[in-house]
Amino acid sequence: MSTVEVNEIAPLPTGPLLTVDNLVVEYPSKKFRAKPFRALTDINITIGRGETLGLVGESGSGKTTLGRAVLGLAPVTGGKITFEGKDISHATRRQRRTLSRDLQVVFQDPYTSLNPALEIGAILAEPLGVQGMEQAAAKKRVKELLDQVGLPSDAIHRLPREFSGGQRQRVAIARALALSPKLIVCDEPVSALDLSTQARVLDLFLQIQKDTGVSYLFVSHDLDVVRHISHRVAVMYHGEIVEQGPAEVVTRDPEHPYTQRLLLASPVPDPDRQEQRRADRHRLLDIQRQQTEQAGALA
Amino acid sequence: MSDSVDSAAVAAPVRTGQSGTVVRSTVVRRLLRNPMGIASLVILGSIALLAIFAPVLAPFEENFANITKTLAPADSVNILGTDSAGRDTWSRLLFGAQLTLLSALLCAGVAIAIGLPAGLIAGYYAGKFEAVSNWVVSILMSLPGLIVLLTIRAAFGPSVWISMVAFGVLISPSYFRLTRTAVQSVRNELYVDAARVSGLSDWSIIARHIFSVVRAPIIIQTAAIAGVAIAIQSGLEFLGLGDPTKATWGVMLSEGFKNVYLTPTLLLWPALAMALTIGGLVLLGNAIRDALEDGEKIKHRKKKVHAAEDAASASASKVARKTLAAVEAGTEHHLVKVTNLGVGYPQADGSIKKVVDDVSFHVDRGEILGIVGESGSGKSQTAFSILGLLPDNARIVGGTIQFDGNYTVAPGDERVNQARLSKLRGKRISYIPQEPMSNLDPAFTIGYQLVTPMVRVLGISKDEARKRALKLLTDVGIVNPERTFNAYPHEVSGGMAQRVLIAGAISCEPDLVIADEPTTALDVTVQADVLDLLRELQQRLNIGVILVTHNFGVVADLCDRVAVMQNGRLVEEGSVRDILRNPKEPYTQTLLASMLEGKTPMSMLVSSQKEPVA
Repeated sequence: MSTVEVNEIAPLPTGPLLTVDNLVVEYPSKKFRAKPFRALTDINITIGRGETLGLVGESGSGKTTLGRAVLGLAPVTGGKITFEGKDISHATRRQRRTLSRDLQVVFQDPYTSLNPALEIGAILAEPLGVQGMEQAAAKKRVKELLDQVGLPSDAIHRLPREFSGGQRQRVAIARALALSPKLIVCDEPVSALDLSTQARVLDLFLQIQKDTGVSYLFVSHDLDVVRHISHRVAVMYHGEIVEQGPAEVVTRDPEHPYTQRLLLASPVPDPDRQEQRRADRHRLLDIQRQQTEQAGALA
Repeated sequence: MSDSVDSAAVAAPVRTGQSGTVVRSTVVRRLLRNPMGIASLVILGSIALLAIFAPVLAPFEENFANITKTLAPADSVNILGTDSAGRDTWSRLLFGAQLTLLSALLCAGVAIAIGLPAGLIAGYYAGKFEAVSNWVVSILMSLPGLIVLLTIRAAFGPSVWISMVAFGVLISPSYFRLTRTAVQSVRNELYVDAARVSGLSDWSIIARHIFSVVRAPIIIQTAAIAGVAIAIQSGLEFLGLGDPTKATWGVMLSEGFKNVYLTPTLLLWPALAMALTIGGLVLLGNAIRDALEDGEKIKHRKKKVHAAEDAASASASKVARKTLAAVEAGTEHHLVKVTNLGVGYPQADGSIKKVVDDVSFHVDRGEILGIVGESGSGKSQTAFSILGLLPDNARIVGGTIQFDGNYTVAPGDERVNQARLSKLRGKRISYIPQEPMSNLDPAFTIGYQLVTPMVRVLGISKDEARKRALKLLTDVGIVNPERTFNAYPHEVSGGMAQRVLIAGAISCEPDLVIADEPTTALDVTVQADVLDLLRELQQRLNIGVILVTHNFGVVADLCDRVAVMQNGRLVEEGSVRDILRNPKEPYTQTLLASMLEGKTPMSMLVSSQKEPVA
């Protein structure tokens, strides 16, 4: 119990919660003496306390890798990741264990992010046990968590497969909240969910942020989702951040050609407005094509 | 407002909740319900009991020899007779069981002690340890086992224990490989990542999250290995390489073989004991495997119960098919007409779980119908019943499907009429799947996979088909058709693969295309391109399309009419503008209200209700 309380009265701080400077991530190639695969190039982001940074991009753009690098699940080749003033780019497992009180994760797939062989209670108690919390206290905390994410308390003794996708994602969120972290990396947490479930889970994320002041690094491929939940948005393309700024600006009036394409590509649920958007998109594509041709001609 | 949605979502886990809480006990129960499992457990159990109580049960010491009574037949003192040295066969059999079983356990124990940890480490950490241990394993596996055992016997003397330890080492690679493969398959699971983020040490992760995966295969493997160990050990002893001062089944077998012409029964008893034990172990392994595999055999049980009904309905439908050759009058002009369709799956208790219930709609030529719904709404099942691609155990429980004036599911049919549909599928009805990559065979080039169906369905030559395939690839917006034609599926992107599948779907000039979430797996920008392509092709070829999707944006982009499904029922149908702008049903309203487009950022979406459980 004590560990959780300590977190809440931690010294209050100035400056951003998380800073990523010139981050480079490379995966060694499978082939002998081949060049390593560069997943991220020169990434710079910051996240303030209680702030949500939305990370949007297509598959393979490196947005998930960035989240994993912050969590220590991807190899940091260059640059620096600073969390609360401490360099965590190459944190050891022991440092990670301390860090896990403040830095947590919710993964995309609620079906594989929970161990199918463990009961919900055991899954939620795991991070508490790592921090040395006593069993009775842990049990109480697990009940609080289930309540916080809107699950019945009898869920403790049930297995993940007895729950629907949305409910499992609630369990995953509860696990991330267990230690009252300061930053949660959310890796496409609503992509696998149905529309109405997605809406409720997004509500839950917002409510939790309102109640606890947690920050999110919110990774998604869906511009609408990112616009809805983020204070600021960064757009990734081919392993680089091509644009970042306030959510309203980036998701409504983007500057980078890719973001412009992305915005007009997402269909709206009305036939006539969608027809308009389709026409806009074709016009944009034509303009961009001409621009690249001109650039090619000049070069 | 969304009561129905919530109750459905909440009800689902409650229903499954009761059956699935206790996992391990169900495995044991299933094992005991299996006659093979019971038989093997009884055999092995009694042999083990006999071995444990051998000192009590055996009337004589294992080496007590009565030289006046050699090779005696069975009598009241020596119930199985005596051997050439006058030793009691029954007593020796009991003591032999002790030694044989213990040595088999020792062998399996040594193999597990080496193979399991090595496999766990190699699988979890990969890297250098895995490389080195792979070399060691390869060397161990290439050693001729019997010769090594003979050498060891020559060096260390005829001890059962030493030879079994050596054999355990020799056989440990099988555990190593088993464990490593199992661990590799879960190493990158997200729950292992989550445990890492929680700061769990590697050892805790292996013990908590990874060991549970290898437990079952290890148990099964051990049953098999113990059997092999008994066979090998007895084989060595049969060759006369055993310890003659110890009674084991192998030594007895060897003894019996020497006197096979005088007293054949001496050979029979140890052979029988070994056959029972090894057979029991093999059966036990199989039974455990069956118990672990989720094998509720619904189909067979169902057949027995409903055999009579099936026969009755089959004959009834035969009659129906004869009398109902034509379809409902006045609906022939519809390309597809689905009337009151119901699809269900037989459950273990004999009931039928309906996944599609009383669904009716129609599609005309040149029209795009969107079927919208959340997961579990039955939208894909409806599409699959039109295609005739339902799983084997699915039943049509009601209603009809007609395609272009003919029934593919006639009134009273329990299954889709495959004979009729297989003529239509590919030629007049085609399919665009959700996962483009898993719907292309990685072993063949894209060109081959486009050409073969055309040659078969359209009956044209290969060259002709090749020309058409290249034209189709150009039509679906592929810039370099020649290169894509010769490429293998893994060499193209997801969007490209979906274009290839669309090319395949229109290659035989169908009248109806069924697209099941055709853009869900694609990036948004690619999705927009594929939607453009679908619209353009549909207008040019004037085909009917059934588009299954969960995305109202996609519906707005493509569809003329929309049907909204929920829990297997069709809740609302109408023109795309009516449904998207003025939905009548609360469920449709809820779905549309969940859209993020046009909402105030950071506002609650479902704020009107108290936090429900999604």
